[in-house]
Amino acid sequence: MKNEVVKEKIGFGVLLLATLLVVIPVLLIIWLILSKGWSALSWEFLFTMPRDGMRAGGIFPAIVGTFYLVIASIAFSLPIGVLAAIYLSEYAADNLLTRIINLAIINLAGVSSVVFGLFGLSLFVIFLKFGVSIISGALTLGIMTLPVIITTTREALRAVPKSYREVSLSLGASRWQTIRHSVLPFALPGILTGAILSIGRVAGETAPILFTVAAFYLPKLPHSLSDQVMALPYHLYIVTTQIPYIPENFRFGTALVLVGLVLIMNITAVIIRSKYRKRK
Amino acid sequence: MGHAEKKRCDMTDRREANNSSAGQVDHPDPKIKVRELTIHYGKVRVLNNLSLDIQKNEILSVIGPANSGKTSFLRSLNRLNDFEPNIRMSGSILLDGRNIYKDLDAEGLRKRVGMIFALPIPLPRSIHDNITYGPRLAGDHDKSALDQLVEDSLKAAYLWDEVKDRLRSSALKLSGGQQQRLCIARTLALKPEVILFDEPCSGLDPISTAKVEESMMELKKNHTIVLVTNNTKQAARVGTRTAFFLMGDLVEIDSTEKIFTAPADSRTNDYIIGRFG
Repeated sequence: MKNEVVKEKIGFGVLLLATLLVVIPVLLIIWLILSKGWSALSWEFLFTMPRDGMRAGGIFPAIVGTFYLVIASIAFSLPIGVLAAIYLSEYAADNLLTRIINLAIINLAGVSSVVFGLFGLSLFVIFLKFGVSIISGALTLGIMTLPVIITTTREALRAVPKSYREVSLSLGASRWQTIRHSVLPFALPGILTGAILSIGRVAGETAPILFTVAAFYLPKLPHSLSDQVMALPYHLYIVTTQIPYIPENFRFGTALVLVGLVLIMNITAVIIRSKYRKRK
Repeated sequence: MGHAEKKRCDMTDRREANNSSAGQVDHPDPKIKVRELTIHYGKVRVLNNLSLDIQKNEILSVIGPANSGKTSFLRSLNRLNDFEPNIRMSGSILLDGRNIYKDLDAEGLRKRVGMIFALPIPLPRSIHDNITYGPRLAGDHDKSALDQLVEDSLKAAYLWDEVKDRLRSSALKLSGGQQQRLCIARTLALKPEVILFDEPCSGLDPISTAKVEESMMELKKNHTIVLVTNNTKQAARVGTRTAFFLMGDLVEIDSTEKIFTAPADSRTNDYIIGRFG
């Protein structure tokens, strides 16, 4: 074999190895959670209230709480993020203000989640008097996911060829009509990707909800946006570190449910996305 | 070929920008009147003090090497230049005597001045949707009228027979030549008065090119056409008059026959016989 061919084979081998190194932890996590948590799954575990200081019964309120938080925060951040991205990518001139805004968005993405929690506590819980509630938690989580949604939406809008815009404009469409009919429909799959990423982030975050919404133990379901809820990630932390003598499969079962819930919501979004892709 | 009409050699020199000059007798009011048009992109001047007239029902071919400003000129005629970030323009463009940058709104102007791009760009929708895109956004929702419009436009672009059975299928499935004729049909659906062709055949094979040229010759009867082309032979085939641009300057504008047989400027001759460009 020639020297170049050998080099190439080694190069491909390194690339493959790197790829495997990425996959292995994912598989290990899934295997760990499944093997240790599967036995906890039951009708009672999924759909009843916790009992015995959370050592028995189910985690239903935490599931419902996390579900509500995801829906409420996405309902807040998706429209605002998409509208902001449309403005930034389609209308805003490249000037100092736009650059400052872009910088702010990048910095927002870099702020650690516990700081968002503190921010939510001071703004929503205390200053705006929303109290420790779903609305405070959802708004905090929503602000935290805004950078992701804005960035992915902007990339999706930029990926729509300039020629589509020019064709639409040349056919007498206004700028907004062009965005509405010749840009957004083709950017939608990318926008939904941003939403999917946010769902996972929102469902899994602990620090922001710690100050703003999460209850340690609350064996009833929320009735309104101003109620507190239990949430899966916080519950996982509690059952793992705060409560002695708890069956191990309760911990891993909770983790399994959290991962499963995110997976189900993601799959739903992926199905919606592929429907839009087909419509092209 | 239409360029045999000698009476059209109304040389529109920028020094005689006056309508009453001798060459203009047959055309007292041009469709489009460009006066002292200068365009800068940032610090780069792409068009320099351009003045010319475009007559009703003529095909004005614009030829010239790369960076001669011909596409910038074309895109100023339907104000598609508006969206270039660093553009500066001076001078005036009049459509039927009205200043397109002052007296007309851009959307209304673009319905009257249609454009065919270098590459056929069907929107990723059905053939029917592509053609009705403009009219529907303009508020036309009468289904039978739209169907009729689709048929008329496709027939005018010589595409009807090839696609009449699959109007609802994606426009992306058409061949390149068919797509370009679809783009022509789509522009025609707006019933424009002027049609701008920006190197419309640069991506097409000779047969498709011939079909597009054929439809141009037909469209000339009811439309004013400006054709920017890198293909000097195409300019010779279809142009009523031909303008030669070089580095942002209008070197020469005259009847196509004159330009291609006895150009006044040696640079025009050099370009046509292929010495540069």
